[in-house]
Amino acid sequence: MTDIQININNKTYPTAAKPSIEGLKLSLNSNEFTCLVGPSGCGKTTLLNIIAGLDNDYDGDILCRTGSLPVATLLTSKDGGNAENCREQSRPPSLAVVGRQHTHPKIGYIFQNPRLLPWRTVRENIELALDGNQSPKVIDELLEVMQLTAAQHVYPERLSLGMSRRAAIIRAFAIDPEVLLMDEPFVSLDAPTARQVRELLLKLWQQRPHTVLFVTHDLREAIALADRLVFLSAAPMRVVSEVAVPIARSERGNELALETFRQQLLANHPEIKQLL
Amino acid sequence: MSGQLPFHLGVTLLRLIVSFAIAMLLGCAIGIMLGRNKKLDAFFDNWLVIFLNVPALVTIILCYVWFGLIESAAILAVVINKLPNVIVTIREGTRALDQDLLDMARCYRFGKRKTLVHVIWPQLHPFVMGATRSGLALIWKIILVVELLGRSNGMGYQLHLFFQLFDVASILAYTIAFVAVIQLIELLVLKPLDKKALRWRR
Repeated sequence: MTDIQININNKTYPTAAKPSIEGLKLSLNSNEFTCLVGPSGCGKTTLLNIIAGLDNDYDGDILCRTGSLPVATLLTSKDGGNAENCREQSRPPSLAVVGRQHTHPKIGYIFQNPRLLPWRTVRENIELALDGNQSPKVIDELLEVMQLTAAQHVYPERLSLGMSRRAAIIRAFAIDPEVLLMDEPFVSLDAPTARQVRELLLKLWQQRPHTVLFVTHDLREAIALADRLVFLSAAPMRVVSEVAVPIARSERGNELALETFRQQLLANHPEIKQLL
Repeated sequence: MSGQLPFHLGVTLLRLIVSFAIAMLLGCAIGIMLGRNKKLDAFFDNWLVIFLNVPALVTIILCYVWFGLIESAAILAVVINKLPNVIVTIREGTRALDQDLLDMARCYRFGKRKTLVHVIWPQLHPFVMGATRSGLALIWKIILVVELLGRSNGMGYQLHLFFQLFDVASILAYTIAFVAVIQLIELLVLKPLDKKALRWRR
């Protein structure tokens, strides 16, 4: 179990005039499937990069509770050297700060572009992400489900974009992540494949629950997948509203139920409409 | 036909291999470091330009004057001449590294070694090959001068003798042998390396 508390006071790119993210507070519950919905260019990818630890240049902090460990800081704010002290002061004394290495959860990140190493085959790309403890059988199974078994020894440049995407998805699934970040992973997949991958994602997530953060601007997709929808404003990004999706998991295949909920949602939350 | 050509060619080749290996290893290491670290780069940038432009003859003469007419001084002179070129080429390559892939490697916890072997090195390969080809050409030219000025064997020394005797036939013979060696290196070493590294391209 991994829950994450995100608190970003300010994130401004060095070359930008105004902040990309301002006063964003969001907590991800353990093993919850959260969808981020917001207009394109609002800073969703920036947020994912911050959570993944790829971007440390921001003001705020991200707390992460993994397993039975006490709350620990996953990432720290801008001033690297002083961060240790600031954290100690701002946190209640009962919460110990554990070293970064132990508490950093295993993150699977499906980027917006596949980001496969072009000089390694599909299979090598997936194997490189594994740390050696997982068995190669996992890869075989995933390749089978994603219909990439025949293409596993092919170099990514010879694949179509859809196939590369599926390979990148396998890579993220294969490492058995504690936190799965997905940045619009299903764009450019054809509809049947997208549906298949969506089903697989849900199946894997139900088999072995982990915290999922899924970015999309397709409200239908978000409703079909998420436990909770988080609507985000245009830059500077902050949370507009959070809506739980009450539809039971077994009912998610029911297009009508999804559509009814969508209509309801738009009627009840007029502020959402302009975001989409 | 004195039978001396293979010996002198061999001596020159040996010097070439040693100085080339040192220059490439050092150059790649320093080049990657400068490419990845802006502060170091800012500090050494001027020095690099200076060393790039110091005439080869000056470094050769200084090496011989300071360290004596010995083998290591000869090798050092060649390395000093070649090193800045490698550094500049590899530094450009390192600056052009794909940040997306580096981020991916960090996110998936590749670690230093894995990142270097699987993410950084393949991207540097074209630059390394470029440095190799231009480097070999440069080293041939410098090494003959080094031999001419301060060694008693090797192609440079021999060519100097033939020049004093106006023995054009021998000079051409040595040149042909030299061209043959270069072609062999290209065919047997560089081309296969290129082919192997580029098999992933469409």
